[in-house]
Order: sequence, then structure tokens, then C-alpha cells
Amino acid sequence: MIKILYQSVREFKKSSVKAPIFVTLEVIMECIIPFITALLINEIKAGCEFSVILFYGAILIVLAGFALYFGKKAGMECATAACGFAHNLRKDMFYKIQDFSFENIDKFSASSLVTRLTTDVTNVQMAYMTLVRLAFRSPLMLVFSFTMAFIMGGKMAFIFFLVIPVLGFGLFLIIRKVMPLFRSVFDKYDELNNSIQENIKGMRVVKSFVREDYEKKKFGKASKQLASDFTVAERIIALNNPLMQFCLYTVMIFVLSFGSYTIITSRGLDLDVGQFSALLTYNFQILSNLMMLSMVFVMITMAEESAKRITEVLKEESTLTSPEDAVTEVKDGSIEFKNVSFKYSKNAEKAALSNINLSIKSGETIGIIGGTGSSKSSFIQLISRLYDVTEGEVRVGGVCVKDYDLTVLRDQVAVVLQKNVLFSGTIRENLRWGNKDATDEEIIEACRLSQADEFIQHFPDKYDTYIEQGGANVSGGQKQRLCIARALLKKPKILILDDSTSAVDTKTDALIRQAFSTYIPNTTKLIIAQRISSIQDADRIMVMNNGCLDDIGTHAELLERNKIYQEVYYSQNGEKGEKNE
Amino acid sequence: MNKEVKAKNKKKANKGTLPRLIKMVFGFYPVLLPFILVCILINAVVSSIPSLFQQQIISLIELNWRDGNWEAVGPKILSLVFILLILYVISLIAGFIYNQGMAIITQGTLDKMRQKLFGKMQDLPIKYFDTHNHGDIMSYYTNDIDAMRQLISQSIPQLMISGIAVITVLSIMTFFSVWLLVVVLLGVMFMLMVTKKIGGGSAKYFMKQQKAIAKTEGYIEEIMNGQKVVKVFNHEEEVKDDFDKINDELFRVSEKANQYANTLMPVLGNIGNIIYVIVAVVGGLLLITNAPNLSLSGKVLSISILVPFLNMTRMFYGNIGQVSNQINSVVMGLAGASRLFELMDELAEADEGYVELVNAKEVDGKIEECSEHTGMWAWKHPHKSDGTITYTKLSGDVRLQDVDFSYDGKKTVLHDITLYAEPGQKVAFVGATGAGKTTITNLINRFYDIADGKIRYDGININKIKKSSLRSSLGIILQDTVLFTGTVMENIRYGRLNASDEECIEAAKLAGADDFITRLPDGYNTMLKSNGSNLSQGQRQLLSIARAAVADPPVMIMDEATSSIDTRTEAIVQKGMDALMHGRTVFVIAHRLSTVKNSDVIMVLEHGRIIERGSHDELIAQHGKYYQLYTGAFELE
Repeated sequence: MIKILYQSVREFKKSSVKAPIFVTLEVIMECIIPFITALLINEIKAGCEFSVILFYGAILIVLAGFALYFGKKAGMECATAACGFAHNLRKDMFYKIQDFSFENIDKFSASSLVTRLTTDVTNVQMAYMTLVRLAFRSPLMLVFSFTMAFIMGGKMAFIFFLVIPVLGFGLFLIIRKVMPLFRSVFDKYDELNNSIQENIKGMRVVKSFVREDYEKKKFGKASKQLASDFTVAERIIALNNPLMQFCLYTVMIFVLSFGSYTIITSRGLDLDVGQFSALLTYNFQILSNLMMLSMVFVMITMAEESAKRITEVLKEESTLTSPEDAVTEVKDGSIEFKNVSFKYSKNAEKAALSNINLSIKSGETIGIIGGTGSSKSSFIQLISRLYDVTEGEVRVGGVCVKDYDLTVLRDQVAVVLQKNVLFSGTIRENLRWGNKDATDEEIIEACRLSQADEFIQHFPDKYDTYIEQGGANVSGGQKQRLCIARALLKKPKILILDDSTSAVDTKTDALIRQAFSTYIPNTTKLIIAQRISSIQDADRIMVMNNGCLDDIGTHAELLERNKIYQEVYYSQNGEKGEKNE
Repeated sequence: MNKEVKAKNKKKANKGTLPRLIKMVFGFYPVLLPFILVCILINAVVSSIPSLFQQQIISLIELNWRDGNWEAVGPKILSLVFILLILYVISLIAGFIYNQGMAIITQGTLDKMRQKLFGKMQDLPIKYFDTHNHGDIMSYYTNDIDAMRQLISQSIPQLMISGIAVITVLSIMTFFSVWLLVVVLLGVMFMLMVTKKIGGGSAKYFMKQQKAIAKTEGYIEEIMNGQKVVKVFNHEEEVKDDFDKINDELFRVSEKANQYANTLMPVLGNIGNIIYVIVAVVGGLLLITNAPNLSLSGKVLSISILVPFLNMTRMFYGNIGQVSNQINSVVMGLAGASRLFELMDELAEADEGYVELVNAKEVDGKIEECSEHTGMWAWKHPHKSDGTITYTKLSGDVRLQDVDFSYDGKKTVLHDITLYAEPGQKVAFVGATGAGKTTITNLINRFYDIADGKIRYDGININKIKKSSLRSSLGIILQDTVLFTGTVMENIRYGRLNASDEECIEAAKLAGADDFITRLPDGYNTMLKSNGSNLSQGQRQLLSIARAAVADPPVMIMDEATSSIDTRTEAIVQKGMDALMHGRTVFVIAHRLSTVKNSDVIMVLEHGRIIERGSHDELIAQHGKYYQLYTGAFELE
């Protein structure tokens, strides 16, 4: 895990190394300054000349200046290192995700990817900052203070051998107890936030069923439970401070009583006043740094979960890649399915598609119909290799899809997905997704074909109309027509519409189909639809049922012989063939 | 003018955030909080005193160590150590109590804030949710509450402890030497200036960072949700470029923000060191020149005063540093709190209705209120003028008269809508998107209030009906199906909380959902997650129909309720739907004309006006817009 994460440090290695170096220098300064200060005070006590005070003062100011510089540098490098690391993590993950296949995306789900790119990165960034800064600072201070305490404090310093294990063990117990608690609390916290999100989204339902009070009670209970779990964990963590103070005070009392006894009875032989003061000073430093160290540990362990989740993404290998020596030209728009079976995951019990055999000529128009869950969408997604077949082979233009360069294949096989998305940006920008070099004429041409030009012209800003996130400011039918235009701009050899005109009225739907057959007659067209009227003029119609190709034929043939087709037809058109929609 | 007032109010709100927050936390813990504060006070004061005693012990040793006579000084030292011991014990107890107490108060306050927030949110009108980004609302619960956690659990106690320590040390300093104190205070002023500069920059960039984070998260969300489209269009490289730009910007500002924040401590700490030296030099100068001392103790400036004073200078600056270190979390915490208060100050959905829906039974031809569920409902209508109560049987008669409506007060979206729906009738609305179909239903259940005209429900002006009663009497099935995390059974029961399992299953059967539910891995106990993403759109619509069916409301509104159910399945569930609609007043909005065809009356809407009305056959005969729609000569969407 660390190895994978480390690869994202890259250009911030320098900062990541410089920061601890500056921290070390800062620590050294911080340790020397009290030392010099002690000397100064001794001189003052001894009633020194004013010039001596000035001398020490000058040294101290220079040292403080250095400390300031090092401290500032350390802080800045540390910020650069941590923010840079986070920046690279986001970038690496984002890039990685761009290479993901549909299968990879399904595995993680969009919302989980969002969390990994945001919250998890922030957690790791915080931990990294702590790591670069405190993880060096505290042990250094600890070692230094400990050494100084021994050098200056002599025998008395052995008291630390008694106290440090007590504090260390106490801190260890606290961490061990609290870590699993925190983990489960954070899970619950996520759940609570999910339920809030659900509530916001479902506010109309909540209000229509007058469930405000019910929701309040439900939420109150969950929130209270979370708070009480959180309190338990935080109260354990809150033992840290008193425990530290207890150890600190114990050492104080011990040093003050036994120390003064030793000094006076031995007339300063076994211990002198200077050593005595040093013990008191370093006491605080040793114990507080030990506590800091334990907090560093807590922070890093807490970020571990996030780090794991990030690593999962970085480690994930795309299940679909272009082969070497890939074919870079799609000859024509013919499609062939040979004994194709498909499962969404290896462990899936049920095959989404089983044993499909089919051959489609270039330029043919194929209608596809079937109930919800009949795997119509699975079928078409195999053609542009959005998923790989489990068994059998899919050929486009006479070549197996696995032999093509993916970009080439997908440029030639345009799919308008059922769950389609427009992105925030102008209409023109959105359409250029199909072809980034498209001229205005080409764009307008594509929109005319998809019957989108007319309503676009009605917008005040025409093709520069800004589409909000998710296409929230255009209607469902408009969105679908824009998506079709976007796909047309690719000038593909195969065009696949996955229920892409469901919100378009029958008339416009017919106009789109008419435009297709007039202007792009040589493009192979596969059209999934719910409405019989959308596909009845197709050259052939596939009837899908439960992952199998139930039948294929012309409208007339199917109406004659296929039971499913008849049922669908009559449900839409009435038994007597009365036209309904 | 209006805008000015708003801006003014906003400023005022920000200014009042801290007192309001404190007042609120006090309100939550009127006993515990003062007690904890006293403990913090004790802990802080007691922690700053021991250095004095240490100093005394050290000077005692220094005076006497050469004599080696323990009997003479021993008791004096030990009695000082004993006092220290007592102080330590007090400080430990106080420290323990306040640390534990703060843990309780922090989490408790966050819990209460969350609940207050959530409660408020439930009471907000639908308009609020229609006009605010859901991600923004969500960030109240995540970012802002998190910022508050930091503020309450760490910054506030730290500020108090350091503040008290500063005051304690300052008073002790006046006891020693006022001249030196002046030097210290000059140093403090300098430090404050530095803090203002660095801290100000830090706060500025942290705010910028928040914005950059929001932008990055927004972009990430958009792309992750459209990732499949990105792939289909081979658009990976372009997306990477765009992301790089946003990500680089975030790096730039967050680096700056953290640099400022990280620098503050070392800079202040070392300025403290420098001032320490200056105090030492000035002290030495005063000592040598024998300058007259000014102090509360009246003592002459001597070594035994200068040395402890120097120690205290160090403590003093340490604490000032601690205070400045909290500056970011204070700024962000207060910004979070002021945002939270903004939401809490939103106006709740008003409800002046007083007519209630009650269970009723008929006794001797008269309607009487009763407590048990009888299947019969009545409007309980108290009359203020003469104090009498009348009961009207709920029958589902809805009338709109000359209704005008506008969402924003400017653009009227409904004009002169007049329609009658008699009990048991099925009324359908057809028309293009934006024609105002859904808006009419929004008015009937008072998600929005009409601008002009009247809506009467069983003869009662709906403004007089309590919103909760009004909505319970209306069953709504929405276009976008929303299901909640929980089992299928729980989701159906959402329609009527006291429905038995049998009743829920009955409703599912009625809606035609039983068939697919029983085929789910755990049947009715199958858990639904993230809005039922494991179900198809059509299955989810069936569930939402079942949910409405179990509520058994006398009036139903179906807004594109069957749009995602394929026509073959729709034909199968049609019987159930017919059964569901039987005997109820039903408003249907549908895109598919086959769904609305058998309605008693069909309203064709265009640009917020009813342009045609009548039964299917009548409208076809008219050869108007409906006819065009029906024959596909007119664009619907």
C-alpha cells in the first residue's frame, strides 16, 4: 500500500525530504535556545556585566532568527509536500479512472469513487502533513530531551525510566481501545449522512405522506446513537491529557522533594541546582512529546482506512485494453455475434446474455424490443466493447472487437446510452464531445438530423445556451435529441440508440428516423425502443426475452408469428389494431 | 433596497454568530457547561501558579545548599512541595472533569445541532429544496458541522485556558515589575500585528480553499456520474485536461492556505524568543542602573525578581502562540456556524389551517368523530365566530376556480385554471413539458400557494385545511421514484405506518408489485439501498404505487407514475391500477396517451392555460390540439 501511495509523491519528494530536514534544524535551534537562555540566567544571577547580557542576547537573537527561518521553511515545505501529495493522488486516481472499463466502474460505483477522490484524499493529506512534520519533530524532541535530561540531570533522570513506561503503556491502552471504536463510529457517520441525503432527495415524498415527524424521530434516534458512540470514543481519548499531567506532576513532586533533599544533604555533590532546574524543564518536554507521538499514531491509523480505499483504485487494472498491433480501421458497419454469452461478473449466477448468434449487414436498420430486464442494453454494449463477452465472439467490420484499438472502435460505433448525461457547458461544447473539431455547420447539420436545431434556435443564446449540471435546464426529450446529435457528430459506421427517443413525441421520433434513412443510409443503425412505432419500419426487428434472442424478423413476420411481439403490439395499439399512440 | 436590507442582515448575522453560538450551547447544557467552565478556569489558574512555588524552592535551595543543613530548610521546602501537591491534585481533578465534560458537550451539541437542523429542514417548504442545490444542503451536515466540532472541542477550551493563563501571568507580572511588563506588552502588540497579517492571509486562503474544494468536488461528481459517457465518446484526455486545471488551482490555494497556517506558530514562537531576550536585556539594564522599580509588591528590582519574570515571559508567549494557532479553526468554525444559523433562520412552511381530518362514523345519519379507523373520514371544521364544530364527510371533490400561479412572483405559469373533479372521477392532464401539469398538482397539495383564485376541497377552501390533514388525504405518486434505505416492506409501509404486513402485501398485489417482490432474494425483506438501485426503474415505480395504495387516500395524484413501466407490463398491472383508482378522485399526468385515454375528463394544457377539455372521444371529435397530439402531428416534449 505504502509503495503504491509513494508513487504519487513524485515532484514533491523534494519538499517531503526538505520539510523534515528543516524540522530537524528547527528542533535543534529550539533545543539550543533554552540551553543558552539557562546560561544567560546563570550569568544574570551571578551578577554579570551588562555587556555579557548583550553578548548572550545577541547570540539568542541570531539563534531565534535561524529558528524562525527554519520553522517557517519547515511549515511551508510541509504544506507544499502534503497539498502536493494530495494533488497527485487525486490526479492519479482520476487518470486511472479514465482508463477504467465499464466493469471497473460498476465494481466501484460512481458515488464511492467520488468519496475516494474527495474525503479519503483529504484524510490522507492531513495524515501526511502530520507525518512529515510531527513524526520527526516529536521523536527528535523526545530523544534530545531525554539525552539532555541524563546529561544534565544525572542519576535523578532515572525517574523517567519509571514514568515513561507508565505513560507509554497508558497511551497504548487508550489507542488500542479507541481505534476500533472510531472505525465503527465513522461507518455510522457515513450511514447517517447517507440517510440525510436520501431525505433531501425524497423531500416531496416525505411531505406528501406527512412524514416530517416520523423522519425527525428516526433521524433523532440515529443521531443520538451516533453521538453517544462518539462520546464514548472521545471520552477515552480525553484521558490522554490528565494521564500526561499526572505523570508530569509525579515527576515534579519527586524531583522537587528528593532533589532538594539530595542537593542539600550532599552539599551539591550528588546533584546541583543547575541539574535540578534542567530536570524540571526537560520533564515537560519529554512527556508532552510522548503524548504528541501517540496522537500522531492515532491520526495515521485513522487515515489508514482512507489510504486503503485510495490504493484500491490505484491498484485496479482496467479489464479492457487495446491489444498490441491493434487494427486501426473499421472497414464497414457489419456486425456479427457468434455463440455469444455474457455475464456481468464471473460469479453471477445468471447469464445476462446466452448463446446469441446473429449477423447484421452494413447499413441495415435493426430494431430491438423486449421487456425490462431482457438484456437489450447488455447486447448493444458488447458491440463497442464496453464489456467483453464471456463466451463467443463479436465481430465488427469482419474483425473481432478485441483486435481493434479501443478509440478507433468506439469512434466508429457510436452509442447513445439509455442513462445519458449532458455536462455543464454550452450546447456547442457538449456537442463537440462527438467531434472536437466539428465546424458550426456540421453541428447544425447533426442537430437538424436529430430534430434538435429547432428548439435550440428558440433559446435566446442558441448554441451557446449554457447547460447546467446533468442537463437540468432542458427537458427529457430535448436532452435525448442533443445526445443523439452528439453521437451523430462522430460520423460513425454504426449508430446505436438505447431507448434514446422515449421522451420524444411520436412525430419527432418519426422525423428523426426518416432523417436517418435519408441522410445516413450507409450507417448501420440499431434502435432499442419501447414503442413499436419507433421500430416497426426497421429492416429487421430483434425480440429479446430473458437474455435470449427470442426471434428476429420484419414487423409483419413477427406480428404474424411471435407471441411476445404480438403482446407488446396489442398493449400499445389495442386488440383491434386501433392506433393509440 | 430589498437586497441592501438582506446584505445588512447577513452582516449582522455574521457578527452575532459567536454570542448566539455560546448562548445556544449554554442552552443545551445549562448546568454542565458552567461547571465545566469553572473546571477549565481552575485548571488554567492552578497550572500557571506552580512555577512560582518552584521558583521559591529553587531560591531556598540556592541560599542553603552550601550549609547542608536539611533540618533547617527541609520543612520549609516540604511544606512548599505539599502545597504544590495539593494544587496538582486540584488541577488533575479539574483537568479530568473538563476533558471528560468537553467530550460530552461537544458530541451532545453536535447531536442537538444536527437534530435542530434536520428538524428545521423537514419544516421548510418544498420551494427551498427546489431552489437550493442538494449538495449545498448536504454540506451543512458534513463540512459545517465538522468545522463546529473543531471549534467546540478544541478551539474554545484552548482559547479559554490560554486566555486565562495570559491574564493570570499578566497579573503576576504586575506584581513583579511594571516596567518590564510594558516591554512585554509592546511585544504582544507586535505579535498581534504579525498574527493579523499571517492569520488574515491564512483565513483568506482557507476561504478560497473551501471554494476550490467545492468546485473540484462538483467536477468530480459530474464526471464520475457521467463516466460511461466519457468512455463512449473517447473523451478521457479532454476530461483529464479539465480536471488538471481545477486540481492545480486547488493545489495552489490549499498550499498557500496551509503555508500561512503552518508558519504562524514558528514565527510567533521565535518572536517570543526575541522579546524574551529584549526583556532580559532591559531587565539587566534596569538592574545595573538601579532604576527605581514600579510594582504592586513594592519590591526593588533584583535578580530574584528578574529570573521568575523571564520564566513568566516565556509562559506568556507560549500561550499567546496557542491562541493564534486556533485562529483558522475559529474562522472556519464561525463561518460554519453562521451558515448553520442561516439555515435555521429560514422561514418554515407556514400553516394557518385549522380544519382537521378525523376518523368518522355515521350515527343516525349524522357524522361523528371517533378514534378508531373506520375507513370513513371527515373534515372537522371549527367555527370561530360561534364556537361550533361541523363535520363534513371527506368525499374527494376538488374544485379549482380562476387559479393563477407564479413560482417567482414575476412570470405567471398558470392562468385562470378552473376545473372540477367530482368524487370518483379521473381527471387527466396532458401537454408539453412546462405547460403546467405538475404545477397544478403542486398547488392542490399546497407545496406551493396560489397567487389568485380559489381551490376548494369538499367545499372547504384548502387554505383553511391543515397541511398535514390535506396531504394525508392525497396520495401522490411522483415521476421520480424515491425509495428509502430499508426493506421492501418498510418502504411500502411508509404509506401508512400502522399497516400490518398483510395490508402491505395486499397493496403490493394491487399495484402488481407482488410478483417481482416475491422473486427477490429475500422477498419482502430484501434490503433496498441507495434509492433502490438494485431494482429497475419500472419495479421502483410499482413499489411507489404500492406505497400509495397502502395509504388508501381518497384522492390520488399520479404524475407520470407508469412512465418507466413497459407497455406490456403496464397492460398487466392495468387491472390493479384500475382497482386502485376505483372509487377515488384521481388526477393523472401522463406522457403516454394510452394511460390517460380512459379518463372521465382530459385537460390539454398549453403555456399554463387549459386549451381543451373533455373526454377522449369528445376531444378526438374536436380535431384540436389533443387530436394532433394523438395522431402524432404535434410535439409533446
